[in-house]
Amino acid sequence: MPTSLTTPISEQDIRKLKLGETVELNGIMVTARDMAHKCMVEEHPDFIREYLKEGLIYHCGPVVKKENGGWSFVAAGPTTSTREEPYQADVIREYTVRGVIGKGGMGDRTLEGLQEVGAVYFHTIGGLGTLLAQCAKKVLTVFKLEDFGSPEAFWVIEVEKFPAVVTMDAHGNSLHREILEKSQAIAKTLYS
Amino acid sequence: MDLTPQFYELIKKASTDLAPDVEKALQEALEREEEGGSAKNVFASILENVRAAREAGTPICQDTGTLIFYIDHPHSARSDALKEMAEAAAVQATREYILRPNAVDPVTGKNSGNNIGRNVPYFHFHQWDEGHIRVRLMLKGGGSENVGIQYKLPDVSLGAGRDLMGVRKLVVDAVTRAQGFGCAPGIIGVGIGGDRITSFMLSKELFFRRLGSQNEDPALNDLENELYENLNKLGIGPMGFGGKTTVLGVYIGAQHRHPATYFVSISYMCWAYRRKMMTVKGSEVTYAD
Repeated sequence: MPTSLTTPISEQDIRKLKLGETVELNGIMVTARDMAHKCMVEEHPDFIREYLKEGLIYHCGPVVKKENGGWSFVAAGPTTSTREEPYQADVIREYTVRGVIGKGGMGDRTLEGLQEVGAVYFHTIGGLGTLLAQCAKKVLTVFKLEDFGSPEAFWVIEVEKFPAVVTMDAHGNSLHREILEKSQAIAKTLYS
Repeated sequence: MDLTPQFYELIKKASTDLAPDVEKALQEALEREEEGGSAKNVFASILENVRAAREAGTPICQDTGTLIFYIDHPHSARSDALKEMAEAAAVQATREYILRPNAVDPVTGKNSGNNIGRNVPYFHFHQWDEGHIRVRLMLKGGGSENVGIQYKLPDVSLGAGRDLMGVRKLVVDAVTRAQGFGCAPGIIGVGIGGDRITSFMLSKELFFRRLGSQNEDPALNDLENELYENLNKLGIGPMGFGGKTTVLGVYIGAQHRHPATYFVSISYMCWAYRRKMMTVKGSEVTYAD
């Protein structure tokens, strides 16, 4: 059974999570990718603070439908997280983020930030556009839509049973580092 | 004849309806993985998403990619008219949430909002002697495009010389570097020879082949099979979670090179391998994968 977590998530609950543990996330999530991360590090915007405190950042550039004066998510899988490596640790510290959701994993700087603040990296499956959009039950608000365009805006959503796996924990462990090292060792044996 | 509705249909099919050869390869990959392991779960979710997207008519992946059209047309069909229709269809598909707006001006940072921009969509036009029009469309995601790489042989750091053994080493290196970043399991397009541009072009056009298809060149066919086996020993697995399937297929193309250059370009296609074809014969329009 997956571990169920609901925002705001306590540091204590986050530190209990182990590599490979499957989770279901509930509550508030904020989408943020390249422009949003740059903005958070350079301008420290306050408008997003209440949604990120002990909350979740989702590396995602969704397809969003406007209807009846509101919004709904049509397709919303993760984007490659490693592009946010220069910013992520600072964002986690500044906003006390408890979980970063994306794909592909992140590097050592982020891993340190996760450990220091008490946060984890949740991996979700790239390409699950339709399925993950169905977990986004409601779009609460959006920031920087005009400036950044739809894929790069801060979308604040409410999710239910959003599936993910812990691949970087709050104790300095990374599944991505393990797989990288193993595959590099195998690569050396091929055609050597 | 206005083909805008047909171009729209082509785009919609590409974005929402994964080709049967790809779905079959994903199903086989699922069956190979250990019961209860995370790789098996990943494939099960991927397949569930593929079916859900088809049923709902919504994008398989929210990154609906860059639209790349390859259009072969007779003399009687004007390329600028075809381009206009394809662009009108892309605008409509964006408005109807079949495509995400994916055209960003690198100077101003502004997203055009409708998938139209300088060189976006990208068109390869080719005039031929056939009487019909053939349109092939690829939706190429950004994450997988980011892990594409061009090498030149020899490559001292990899101990790779100017021969097919050198090429083998480069392909292994490219897939190891890509890890799960390009949404593994990937399909690997390898373009050997040519100049810097044609080398990448070749690697990418190979994606119009179907998984499991034979290479016409027996030597390259053997090389594809061998690399497929070996790359799947890397253990990177779906999304880089570890597992038995790291690639779904390897396609290799070769073209003559300048004596001084030996380029090898590697394009990576994510598992959401979206391509569709449309044939226009008179007033009859047919679609294929």
